[in-house]
Amino acid sequence: MHPIIGKSKLSPNVTRLVVEAPRIAQIRQAGQFVIVRAAEGAERLPLTIADADAGAGTITLIIQAVGKSTEDLVALEPGEAIRDVVGPLGQATDLLEHGRAVCVGGGVGTAVMLPLVQGLSRNGVRVTSIIGGRSREWVILEEELSRYGEVITCTDDGSYGRPGFVTQALADVITDGPIDVVYAVGPVPMMRAVAEMTRPSAIPTVVSLNPIMIDGTGMCGGCRVSVGGKTLYACVDGPEFNAHEVDFGLLSDRLSPYRDFEKAALEKRHCQLGPQIAEVSAAATAPVGAAR
Amino acid sequence: MNDQAMPAAGEPIVPIEDRLIHPVGERAAVTPKERMTILRQLMPEQDAQARARNFEEVNLGLPQQLAMLEAERCLQCKNPVCITGCPVRVNIPRFIDLLARGDMRAAADSLLDDNALPCVTGRVCPQESQCEAVCLRGKKGDAVAIGYLERFVADWANHHRDSAPAVPTSSGKTVAIVGSGPAGLTAAGELAKRGHTVTVFEAFHAAGGVLIYGIPEFRLPKDIVHDEVTRLEQMGVRIEPNAIIGKTYALDELRATFDAIFIAVGAGLPVFMDIPGENLKGVYSANEYLTRVNLMGAYRPDADTPVLHGQRVAVVGGGNVAMDAVRTAQRLGAAAATIVYRRGMDEIPARREEVHHAQQEGIGFEMQVAPVEVIGENGWVTGLRCVRMELGEPDASGRRRPVPVPGSEFVIDCDMVVVAIGTRSNPILTTSAVGLKVNEWGYIEVDGAGMTSLPGVFAGGDIVRGAATVILAMGDGKRAASAIDAYVRGELPVAQPEATSAAI
Repeated sequence: MHPIIGKSKLSPNVTRLVVEAPRIAQIRQAGQFVIVRAAEGAERLPLTIADADAGAGTITLIIQAVGKSTEDLVALEPGEAIRDVVGPLGQATDLLEHGRAVCVGGGVGTAVMLPLVQGLSRNGVRVTSIIGGRSREWVILEEELSRYGEVITCTDDGSYGRPGFVTQALADVITDGPIDVVYAVGPVPMMRAVAEMTRPSAIPTVVSLNPIMIDGTGMCGGCRVSVGGKTLYACVDGPEFNAHEVDFGLLSDRLSPYRDFEKAALEKRHCQLGPQIAEVSAAATAPVGAAR
Repeated sequence: MNDQAMPAAGEPIVPIEDRLIHPVGERAAVTPKERMTILRQLMPEQDAQARARNFEEVNLGLPQQLAMLEAERCLQCKNPVCITGCPVRVNIPRFIDLLARGDMRAAADSLLDDNALPCVTGRVCPQESQCEAVCLRGKKGDAVAIGYLERFVADWANHHRDSAPAVPTSSGKTVAIVGSGPAGLTAAGELAKRGHTVTVFEAFHAAGGVLIYGIPEFRLPKDIVHDEVTRLEQMGVRIEPNAIIGKTYALDELRATFDAIFIAVGAGLPVFMDIPGENLKGVYSANEYLTRVNLMGAYRPDADTPVLHGQRVAVVGGGNVAMDAVRTAQRLGAAAATIVYRRGMDEIPARREEVHHAQQEGIGFEMQVAPVEVIGENGWVTGLRCVRMELGEPDASGRRRPVPVPGSEFVIDCDMVVVAIGTRSNPILTTSAVGLKVNEWGYIEVDGAGMTSLPGVFAGGDIVRGAATVILAMGDGKRAASAIDAYVRGELPVAQPEATSAAI
């Protein structure tokens, strides 16, 4: 069992859980993920390790509640525990050693970005973070990211920071001067747009993918993605890949087979719980991106 | 009818069945000639039509009287070849004799002494190609139904656990087992019996390996696996779930902590066909499909983990895994569930019983057919384009390989395809372990004692032999346990590592 040590809400449907997992906290590297199972009978959910404190023996998980399983998970309170946490899984990020990096985060993808920004900053890389949300309340981790470098915050409705999409801000940063690498994590359309933007100037671009998976060790083959015409497994070969080689159409498609099932499960959960979760329910209709 | 089976003149004729009621420990008065007249018992089964729509067990098990009658068929050979036919060397005549005597406790103890997981093997072993294939009784009539009897005695033992298993005195030695499938669990049981402190590391959240994620409920109820695991825990075996060696812990860390290690991680990676359309929605590896249904319980309507309920399902492959997948699809409501296999019915590698059960349940068989493309629309599978195969000219090995028949392409309409054409080795552990020798396919190389290129590190099961059966993995686990026992006692000579380029 993995007790929950801390919990806070970052946006209407994004929750931060600090969870006891000493072994993983000690050895995890930026870019790696865990698979959690909230309780007996629950689904196995892959989640990026957003942060870790080896001394305290805790890891931080940032969860977008978009379905029954994620809602069950964020319904856990400090003092309760997550039944299973396994990891760290996946390859660690190949972090730039020096130079200039731009990290683009959309929605809960910003959480995946945080350890990258931390690692890059530790390497002495100059990092610009570009993060976005629909409106001010959907912007997450701005303060945390600002500790490691410049942050450009965008909102679709202009209610905060720079009006417009993160890709528009990226376009401006690209024209400002040379960039060694771009990391992009967020909804599939956002990652695809970033890839298209950096392709003409051949700026190395890395995306972190989170397709549907079960075991996280290469056993199920459910997380197969097409990269450079080759079928690879996000769980063991990734989760990070060269954005210019990823088949985003296939990725998007393979995220969707259980949509009807998920919708039904969510409705059933809400019927059982009653009206108090109406707020989360409204938020759950937000576009699903890096977290399924 | 058969006067040779009659008792001596002057005695009343009592049917054999009635002679089975006798004091415990005694054998029924059955003459050798009478013995030969007893027909092999048939396994009671759930009705085929009904079971094709539920996940309840297909085989119901013999009632005691029929099990004892079947036990009377055993000839108690002086040289019991059935034992050599068994990969874990179960003393078959011994437990059958005890069963015939009605001494169930002794029969159970005898069986459990030889086999750590008899409830499992009594259900999933290919007896017809092992113990029963060599059974002398089978030279005249049918072989003794050894598998049925094993299941009967094992289930009796499972239902009559009067006390926890004895915990032997500690040897002071520690052994780590990587993987809790049939090889790992068998080794754990054997080592615990010898007093060693055993920790089993499992990557999933629950122990059992292929027994819980792969083999469906209708063939091996999960409660049985849980019971077997619980029995090991009662013997002092510690199971650590959610631990991936090569990720959560390095093999070297285990080597520093434990006196010996047994690697039994299986051959877990799926093999795909490498044909166009394989990434369409509705194409599953058998691993994923069966794991969703079995381990994650997606066959239950209230499960959190989803699985697609295909209406027309094609399963590619002819092994036991393919049979499990196709019969699962049928149980999940498929109107048509079909096996697609490139060779003929005679070459199908699945157990005969599984094929027979599948046929009874209305599974379709497209034989000598090979898929060439998965067809789709809007990202979803709509069909499987196939070509008919025929046997070609003998190749260099003299074996006639299937070759496509020109112009024979056709499409199987389907909304789901499950690929069950085999598995390969998982590199997570092997590539992260320095100095661990693997062959060109990534399987671990071991010596005669089951030891790898790393002293004190043993390996067995599918990660050594490639995809095989539960019982072969168990045999490896049992042999490795003996070798590990000798090793930790300092009684196993360790060869000096070869000075090869790989070792440098």
